[in-house]
Amino acid sequence: MGSSSLDTELAVLERDHLQLLLDILGKRGYRVVGPTVRDRAVVYDDLASVTDLPVGWTDEQDGGIYRLKRRNDGALFGYAVGPDSWKKFLHPPVVRLWRDKTGGNGFQLVEEDEGVPRFAFIGVRPCELHAIAIQDKVLLNGKYRDPSYEARRQGLFVLALNCGHAGGTCFCASMNTGPKATFGFDLALTEVLEADRHYFVVEIGTELGAEILREVPHKAASQAEKATAEGIVAKTAGQMGRRMYTTGIKDLLYRNYESPHWSDVAKLCLTCGNCTMVCPTCFCTTVEDVTDLAGEHAERWRKWDSCFTMDFSYIHGGSVRASPMARYRQWMTHKLATWIDQFGTSGCVGCGRCITWCPVAIDITEEVNAIRRSERGS
Amino acid sequence: MAQARKPKLAVWKFASCDGCQLSLLNCEDELLAVAGHIDIAYFPEASRAMAKGPYDLSLVEGSVTTPHDVELIQRVRRVSKYLVTIGACATAGGIQALRNFKDVQEFVSIVYAMPEYIETLATSTPIADHVRVDFELRGCPINKEQLLEVISAFLHGRKPNVPPHSVCIECKRRGIVCVMVAHGTPCLGPVTQAGCGAICPAYHRGCYGCFGPQETPNTDSLSKWWSHLGVKDQDLVRAFRTFNAWAEAFREESIAHEK
Repeated sequence: MGSSSLDTELAVLERDHLQLLLDILGKRGYRVVGPTVRDRAVVYDDLASVTDLPVGWTDEQDGGIYRLKRRNDGALFGYAVGPDSWKKFLHPPVVRLWRDKTGGNGFQLVEEDEGVPRFAFIGVRPCELHAIAIQDKVLLNGKYRDPSYEARRQGLFVLALNCGHAGGTCFCASMNTGPKATFGFDLALTEVLEADRHYFVVEIGTELGAEILREVPHKAASQAEKATAEGIVAKTAGQMGRRMYTTGIKDLLYRNYESPHWSDVAKLCLTCGNCTMVCPTCFCTTVEDVTDLAGEHAERWRKWDSCFTMDFSYIHGGSVRASPMARYRQWMTHKLATWIDQFGTSGCVGCGRCITWCPVAIDITEEVNAIRRSERGS
Repeated sequence: MAQARKPKLAVWKFASCDGCQLSLLNCEDELLAVAGHIDIAYFPEASRAMAKGPYDLSLVEGSVTTPHDVELIQRVRRVSKYLVTIGACATAGGIQALRNFKDVQEFVSIVYAMPEYIETLATSTPIADHVRVDFELRGCPINKEQLLEVISAFLHGRKPNVPPHSVCIECKRRGIVCVMVAHGTPCLGPVTQAGCGAICPAYHRGCYGCFGPQETPNTDSLSKWWSHLGVKDQDLVRAFRTFNAWAEAFREESIAHEK
């Protein structure tokens, strides 16, 4: 079968052959990472085997609440996104950028060139494909490319997953970022669980994906199997726990910079930074220069930062955004409005992480509604 | 550089458990480097050799609880180029600041057989209430990496990398699953300053607030969420009233829940 026909035809992979696919990726030198259960949550980590996946688990999510629950089947991907996003691999939380190796005699900078693994991501959700595409725009486009991100991003293999379960805080359907993968994958799976059969309908996104699939037993998908997969995604789209009303959202937020509502949300906001840490598109970092006691070695480290800290906007004389109100407004307005002018896309992909992992359940979709209401009320 | 006079370090103790100054001795791998680059001139806990001041850097542990402390801290300030306070006692009054909420004379009369021998102040207060402090290193106890960072920074005239943001940022950078969101465990992390490495959440416990309030702590909002999780007012008082009970944000929040 030629690659051109494979590109358009959907295939079927039986559940028991998924392990082969992981093995092939491992043999090809990929570091295979994907969802697994740790500390009562689905996190992303190394996968040695299909049994490392959260087999038979699902989650219940709401503002400030995440609970793992048992399913009554053996689904491998029967949950929504957890606290981790793929940025922990592509844009790691702590990176050494360079070190000085002279030992006090002058200054000779050694750039970090640690061996970066080639990653294979297993089970990337459509919203996360959009998030990776957004970080690509931010970190790889234009004059200043991020070499650390670029090294990790190159050679990435993406096994995407069309969602069969929408979480309580999911709203990709209203952001047009899911629940079906439309780009940015090598292979995309839809998981199908039937009474006596467990299989995946596979869409091929790249020639590499086709090549890898060829090494695994599979067959062409029947019309019935295709329809089943489509039905699963359509059903998920109808089960979104949240909805974002995006009509005119950029102008709405630009008009409401002085809305009294920002003070209401600031009363709740802990300025803890959790929303920015879990957001799959938030990319801000700080750098710390450190020296040893002797003053003979210096290093520069880069760490995830957050616009919710005071240091983030510190310039001579103090922080520009001293009040929590100013910081929440900055984050949300950037995410949903100024991001569009800056990068040509919204900074929000509707994954719902900022809602679930906000310790006090601040809900970005509800904050937009409140701004709309306050405008109508005034 | 090699010929230059080694900077003189002094370590002082006020009302405290000694745990923070022990952090310096606990720098096992780095202790030789410290001793190699610094003249540990005055450190009674470590050595009987006590060189006279002035000192380039004084580390001050403990809070001010006696009339003697009030005088001593003035002398420490006079003989120190830089004065850095270390630990919750020195930066917030410590666990002994619980007395500030009560009548200490009543305790004295009940606890001691000969109360007349006890000379104590009505309050336990941080060093910064008495003298100018160049830097406050938080923690109960302090983190030894942060201590080395502060010493290095002061030796080389740079700003220490000791961020005043929440524990949450540290927790998330480590990839620790949030114990409050995923387990329903009350956690002080969102209102507490980072620096410990998020030890308690890493062991599935809520943060106890050992490093005191973060830079802009919203204790009121967090308390409301804790109440929602089923924590009673009296337990909120206890949660905010530990090692950093007298730190302003924690103090006001505990008072707000006191019936």
